[in-house]
Amino acid sequence: MPLAAPILQELGQLLGPDQVLTAKEDLIPYSFDGTAALREMPGCIAFPTTTEQVVQVLQLANRQQIPVVTRGSGTGLSGGSLPSPDSIVLCLVHLNRILELDQANLTLLAEAGATTQAISDASTAAGLFYPPDPGSMKISTIGGNVAENSGGLRGLKYGVTRNYVMGLEVVLPQGELLWTGNKCVKDVAGYSLKDLFVGSEGTLGVITKVLLRLIPRPAAKQTMVATFAQMDQAADAVSAIIAAPIIPCTLEFLDRTTIGCVEDYARIGLPLDCEALLLMETDGHPAVVADEAAQMERICRAKGAKEVRVARDEAEATRLASARRTAFSALARVAPTTILEDATVPRSELAKMIRFIQEIARKYNLRIGTFGHMGDGNLHPTCLTDERNQEEMHRVELAFKEIFAEAVRLGGTITGEHGIGVAKKSFLPEFAGDAQMRVLRELRRTLDPKQILNPGKLFDPS
Amino acid sequence: MSGAGSHLKNFDYSVVQQCMHCGLCLPTCPTYDDTRLERHSPRGRISLMRAIADDRLEVTRVFGEEMYFCLGCLACMSACPAGVNYAELFEHARAEVERTRVLQSPKRSLIRKLTVAWLFMDLRWLRFVGRLLRLYQRLGLQRLVRASGILKLLPARLRELEAMTPTILPRFSAELIAPITPPVGPKRFRVAMLTGCVQDLIFSDVNRDTVEVLAQNGCEVVTPPRQFCCGSLHGHNGEPELARTLARRSLDLFPPDQFDAIISNAGGCGSHLKHYARLLHDDPQYLARAREWDRKARDIHEWLIEIGTRPPLSAGQPPQTVTYHESCHLSHGQKITSQPRQLLRLIPNLTLVELPESNWCCGSAGIYNITQPEMAGKLLSRKMGHIRATQAPTVATANSGCLLQLINGAREHRVDTRVVHPISLLAQAYRRETPANTVLRP
Ligand SMILES: Cc1cc2nc3c(=O)[nH]c(=O)nc-3n(C[C@H](O)[C@H](O)[C@H](O)COP(=O)(O)OP(=O)(O)OC[C@H]3O[C@@H](n4cnc5c(N)ncnc54)[C@H](O)[C@@H]3O)c2cc1C
Ligand code: SF4
Ligand code: SF4
Repeated sequence: MPLAAPILQELGQLLGPDQVLTAKEDLIPYSFDGTAALREMPGCIAFPTTTEQVVQVLQLANRQQIPVVTRGSGTGLSGGSLPSPDSIVLCLVHLNRILELDQANLTLLAEAGATTQAISDASTAAGLFYPPDPGSMKISTIGGNVAENSGGLRGLKYGVTRNYVMGLEVVLPQGELLWTGNKCVKDVAGYSLKDLFVGSEGTLGVITKVLLRLIPRPAAKQTMVATFAQMDQAADAVSAIIAAPIIPCTLEFLDRTTIGCVEDYARIGLPLDCEALLLMETDGHPAVVADEAAQMERICRAKGAKEVRVARDEAEATRLASARRTAFSALARVAPTTILEDATVPRSELAKMIRFIQEIARKYNLRIGTFGHMGDGNLHPTCLTDERNQEEMHRVELAFKEIFAEAVRLGGTITGEHGIGVAKKSFLPEFAGDAQMRVLRELRRTLDPKQILNPGKLFDPS
Repeated sequence: MSGAGSHLKNFDYSVVQQCMHCGLCLPTCPTYDDTRLERHSPRGRISLMRAIADDRLEVTRVFGEEMYFCLGCLACMSACPAGVNYAELFEHARAEVERTRVLQSPKRSLIRKLTVAWLFMDLRWLRFVGRLLRLYQRLGLQRLVRASGILKLLPARLRELEAMTPTILPRFSAELIAPITPPVGPKRFRVAMLTGCVQDLIFSDVNRDTVEVLAQNGCEVVTPPRQFCCGSLHGHNGEPELARTLARRSLDLFPPDQFDAIISNAGGCGSHLKHYARLLHDDPQYLARAREWDRKARDIHEWLIEIGTRPPLSAGQPPQTVTYHESCHLSHGQKITSQPRQLLRLIPNLTLVELPESNWCCGSAGIYNITQPEMAGKLLSRKMGHIRATQAPTVATANSGCLLQLINGAREHRVDTRVVHPISLLAQAYRRETPANTVLRP
């Protein structure tokens, strides 16, 4: 049932008639996000351009009990911005200004619809650094990043989005405006509400402004690639590097299937007979970088690397790094449907987890390439399949069920950075346990008594 | 509208399905960048095509308009990690729009008949119109008409179009280029040279320069005076049957087994004519020849780098600063990005300054600047802003549509820059070596 005419009319009055779309040709392009095989038709798409308008839309929706799904750029990989049937999709891409860059306090204030890339560029232009770099950063919004607590390649050394959020402006489900946090590095006044909204997946409020912490830009960087005949050698090398102790800014890994696809696609000259490839980068003061790079090279060789290639210049660094950067593309080309997961385990359990994924792929006769963030234990087992093949999709489901269960058994989590959304909703209760689920539900009910924000995501009311 | 004969329903579904809706193409799409509406994005357009293939959406007028709001610039293909073949999807979608006639109006039908089905099907007519225009311009009529103020009586859009009419060159390619041009020095290759349609009318000098440069690099160049349009205009505008007819004519005229390469110097044509086998996939009579053609079809820059190009001698070459705008169908369609720059750098004393957003569409996009003037205008002013900022007195670009668009842009935005084809700069440099080195001077 589409949204009632008076409601659409009122929305049109609030936002301007051309900022509310209802034509079928306009709705279909918003009926999905970046998640494979999920689709649902919204009731309308609304484009606010001010916080005040967001307040008014939520007041209206709350009064009329209409579901609201907040959307940034729709790159989410857990179905977070998948519309609820006949919902208002509140799309924030026009709320995209960068409002302030404070050089004295090293902070940046932006509206939630600004892209991660725009924030990174603005920081770079000021000689500063915003480290979180999700693979989707050219288009993902900072609001989406905060709502998913997105990670990236630099998680090990620099942390994830949460570590850079200093303050948020949030419109609560009933239309009340709230500011949490400030420019102070130290602030212990009350509960840290901002941390509640980080990772809230569009359920507790609509984030309209984000105050971010920036850091100085590292002066130098060194890139290298090492290949190993056995998985355990690579895992040992990673453990030894961290025990050294060195915290590289990048410590990425590709498995054999992925290396094969990357080589097919990008022809970088990678050896095809190895089980693991590590891409390593260290950054910081030039002297420290040189020293750490030399140590890392030594450690990799000592742990039995077949080959270690150290970039001689920027161009070679880019070429080496492209092995990792093209991993996803190379895999995505192979099959019509690509399912990218993000099971995560403690670093010490990585080799076990990767081997387990390979066994599962064999058991269910699936093509799964694994790559990911070796430094922080966040793996991306990527299944290459075809959503039209229902029998195979069923096997995919069973395979991932086992993979998540194993991740949890090893002390890890069912999602390291993509969130629960609808894709992992059924796994959450068991993973979180009864007490946590009760608190989560009560929190949500308190903030959103009428359950209008992103209903059906994360978990059900009871 | 029934599904029988549908270009989208009968099409290989795995091509639409290849889109995993990741959104990575969004920031590179000029129409999304301007509007931030998913419908105007590659991901959104593909979702509409898929909805039609799935029977979740009819082919509607709005869908038709959307397919013509898309520039067909293919920037989305360069950005797409999953390798979605948007070029093919887009051609099928436009063909479907034409088949179902959702956009039909008397005016549109007339214009399409005149251009797609007539002028560009038989280039003798195009040249005839060109001659008329040339007369109009050379007899001073254009100046007279422009001065008289009579144009003010025309609707604004027509007035703008009049201002955009390109200057028709005094001689077309056939009058400038011999049917067979011998190589300078020993013969290394025998190549066919496609003179194009618009190119032939307005940039016949670029064709002459191309032949000269090829000859300078050991190629015997075959340039039959009467050629056919490559069919890209038809293919990109929903007329696959006409495109197939034209492809067959070119295959007859240039039997590919007789040449080492078939050369085009226009990015838009090259991107189309490298895929004749796809176009003629169900024509057993032509398929084998089309495959050989595809193997041998080369963009001029690509070919010159492949065979190794002799750098012009440095004596007497004046210092010049040039920036380079990439034709969409050269960079995104054919993935030819480094070769034109390499060739420019071969020219002694030439400094190449990079153009910011060099591969962002200039708004020409085939006939887009005529059908979608507003969007085209925005893109053009963005492009001219970047060109102005480089302060380069010369901008090089390798496609007739882009050449025209930038020439108009330079005039409209009062940017003091000369617009040339990279190959013309190379030809000029060869000519400066010694007067005797010149072949074919008209
Ligand atoms: C190719 C690709 C690579 C990726 N790489 C990574 C990666 O390296 N690391 C990573 O962590 N993720 C990655 N992702 C996942 C995704 O890009 C991130 O989750 C991103 O943060 C989503 O941003 P978005 O603007 O697209 O949000 P959307 O997808 O539109 O929304 C995501 C969720 O956030 C909510 N939301 C959005 N904006 C707001 C707001 N202003 N207020 C409240 N809630 C809001 C939505 O309701 C939804 O639940 C990748 C995705 C793709 C397609
Ligand atoms: S061809 Fe160009 S305009 Fe069309 S969808 Fe692709 S990027 Fe956008
Ligand atoms: S980048 Fe490719 S796969 Fe991703 S949305 Fe665009 S067309 Fe689809």
